[in-house]
Amino acid sequence: MNLNEIIVKSVTESTLQVFSTMLGVDIVCGEVSVQSGMPEATEGVVSFIGLAGSWAGTGSVSCSPILACRICAQMLMCEAVAVNEEVLDTVAELTNMIIGSVKTELEQHLGPLGLSIPTVVYGRNFKTKSAGGAEWIVVNFQWDDETLVVKLCLEPKEQAAHVLFHTSTTDSCALEV
Amino acid sequence: MESNVLVVDDSAAIRKILQRVLRQTGMAIHTIHEAGDGQEALGVLGTQKVDLVLSDINMPKMDGLQLLASIKGSPQWRQIPVVMITTEGGETKVSEAVKLGAAGYVRKPFTADQIKEKLAGILESAMPL
Repeated sequence: MNLNEIIVKSVTESTLQVFSTMLGVDIVCGEVSVQSGMPEATEGVVSFIGLAGSWAGTGSVSCSPILACRICAQMLMCEAVAVNEEVLDTVAELTNMIIGSVKTELEQHLGPLGLSIPTVVYGRNFKTKSAGGAEWIVVNFQWDDETLVVKLCLEPKEQAAHVLFHTSTTDSCALEV
Repeated sequence: MESNVLVVDDSAAIRKILQRVLRQTGMAIHTIHEAGDGQEALGVLGTQKVDLVLSDINMPKMDGLQLLASIKGSPQWRQIPVVMITTEGGETKVSEAVKLGAAGYVRKPFTADQIKEKLAGILESAMPL
């Protein structure tokens, strides 16, 4: 199994387990893809969490405002009709649990990794970009008609340094990766 | 006798869930205090009587391991059991928590039964005489 396959398996298992345990809901795993380059403009709720160590990158969970409210209502057993602080906090914690579980699994293959505090964005017509050059592994999940997207990009830290070296100094490269 | 519990997590959602789960366990709990980080938790400990602390590890300002070290380093609080509730499943963080004197840990995501099972014995022995 290569790293991408391990990530897909881990993201799938973690997401299904978090929904099953914390929300009591069985969601369905859908399409898996690899994304590179500038993503399309998006809208809704997007939550990010950083991973750092010998490998570094970002995990993200995104969904529509309707699904964010539904997740909050189900997880906290409360009414949630609009995206407010409680809804954003719930999506942030969901991201923390999903990517945190993935991190634990990946540590067996990649060594110790640190996890940042999640950041949540809610809005319309915005683009996001990671400063790294890694591709995103994208796993879609369906809860009835709504889609939850979990993404992860990871690259070896040395590779990030290698790219930096190329762009900030000369065309020649002393470091072979 | 009923116990007082302090729940420490930067996520208000998790604090709310833990409040509900603790009430559902049927354990004799009088008051559940809340704090959003380690610093805030020390403030609560300084003003309230607390019999058990449930704490996240990964928090801003003062994380759960620093809070645990402060509690275990204080003659006044060192007897209070601290249970870590965290996404951190890695051996390093867990070993560090155990070394610092954590009474146990529960991994997120958790079920009400897992919390109940973990706390049953701990809360009983921590109950005030």
